[in-house]
Amino acid sequence: MIKELTCIVCPKGCALRVELENQQVLSVTGNACPRGKQYAIDECTHPTRTLTTTARTADGGVVSVKTDRAIPKELMFDCMAQINRTVVSLPVRVGDVILENILGTGANVIATMNL
Amino acid sequence: MKEIELVIVGGGPAGMSAAVAAYESGISDLLIIERDARLGGILQQCIHNGFGLHRFGEELTGPEYAWKYEKLVREKQIPFLPNTMVLDITPDKVVTATNATDGVFQIKAKAIILAMGCRERSRGALNIAGTRPAGIYTAGTAQKYVNLKGYMPGKEVVILGSGDIGLIMARRMTLEGAKVHAVCELMPYSGGLARNIEQCLHDFDIPLRLSHTVVEIHGKERLTGVTIAKVDKNRRPIPETREYIPCDTLLLSVGLIPENELSKTASVTLDRVTGGAVVDQDRQTSVEGIFACGNVLHVHDLVDYVSEEAEIAGKNAAAYIRGEAIERTEINLRTDGKIRYTVPQRITQKKDVTVYFRVADVYRNVTVKILDGERVVYQKKKPRVAPGEMESITLNADQLADAKELLFALEVK
Repeated sequence: MIKELTCIVCPKGCALRVELENQQVLSVTGNACPRGKQYAIDECTHPTRTLTTTARTADGGVVSVKTDRAIPKELMFDCMAQINRTVVSLPVRVGDVILENILGTGANVIATMNL
Repeated sequence: MKEIELVIVGGGPAGMSAAVAAYESGISDLLIIERDARLGGILQQCIHNGFGLHRFGEELTGPEYAWKYEKLVREKQIPFLPNTMVLDITPDKVVTATNATDGVFQIKAKAIILAMGCRERSRGALNIAGTRPAGIYTAGTAQKYVNLKGYMPGKEVVILGSGDIGLIMARRMTLEGAKVHAVCELMPYSGGLARNIEQCLHDFDIPLRLSHTVVEIHGKERLTGVTIAKVDKNRRPIPETREYIPCDTLLLSVGLIPENELSKTASVTLDRVTGGAVVDQDRQTSVEGIFACGNVLHVHDLVDYVSEEAEIAGKNAAAYIRGEAIERTEINLRTDGKIRYTVPQRITQKKDVTVYFRVADVYRNVTVKILDGERVVYQKKKPRVAPGEMESITLNADQLADAKELLFALEVK
């Protein structure tokens, strides 16, 4: 089976062609760099995304946060729910860990802004 | 009147990068003037990732990218004045500004770098028929509400325009619990990056309606729905394709306009295509000693290129202040229409020059040609070019030869 994907690793957005057999990736073409190949393999086996969002701060405002590594794509909304239940105390610095190992994904949620 | 060697108007990515480059070129008597409470400009609200791959080799969010530059500004103790609005710039480089503590004040500068960025086209620019209810926002305004203020502008959303901000907001609103019913795009192709179509729309099954536009707005107090329609090849709505979508929010992502009111007060010549100043390879405008960079000069796709361009402006503003005279020439860069514009628009020194350009439409299997009359200065085949993707070519001093004018053309098979 041939699967066509758009690479999301960088703004170039390479058009990838993945040859698949029984969920196994046989070949990847169209990628301009090795990260594109890895993306294609991940996307066909266990798709992941980096989640960027905001969390409430103690003063009622928000601070921007992200997962420090990509999390399984299907967990995005569950992670959103958990982050939206969190209140961040101030002050907060870029890189501060807000939530450790969110939903057992191995990813920490970290602040991306100083407040 | 206070005198400062270099005044930078705007503390976003362009202003900060220009300031750091000028400082590193030996200018320590400089000042960044920023109208917001803090540095960073639009990056503050661009909390998604994808910034910095070219510049730093890592994927950063907007605020993280801004922080990298703000750290440099702070380390070098480059002075900046937040909450301060520049009101006027004269051609002899007197800057009038105002803030709550100093009132209205003037600074005489030896050089000025314009880095005011751009603003969004609004509903008024589109002439959409219908009522005037609440619930219609530019995508950037909605982005500020959600990401910096923490409130949601609505629940049932239609987005007009598939530029990157529109796509990013489709995902952002969805993640925060809104339902995005459609992203309509007037053109037969999206103006956004392919990766954003993938990760912002496909990931969430949000339909992209190409060759569609909003033809009517409904609702008295609050938006209750929009009527969309397919457009023909002349971009005219086809009446029989009208379709009503109930919604409480319409986001507009329909283009960005360089914010050049101050450039006009300084009598800087503007380019009708880019909406920004006409500049030379140093990013110097038609007014000696006034430079421009970033989205105030032309709208960029990637902040990495903004930083790169701002460095050019910063370095050369420093050279101008030092009074470095270099042998001058005058080469005008022209385009054939398929290539819409180039930046710079003129070359005044014989040195290696990187020229950025944007095309007017999506073309496949093209040859980009640079011609000096009959002489082919440069040519390169490209499988695909698109308006949403800025291209660049670096010409070395020898290639310029004795050209008076260079034509940038696209040969389409």
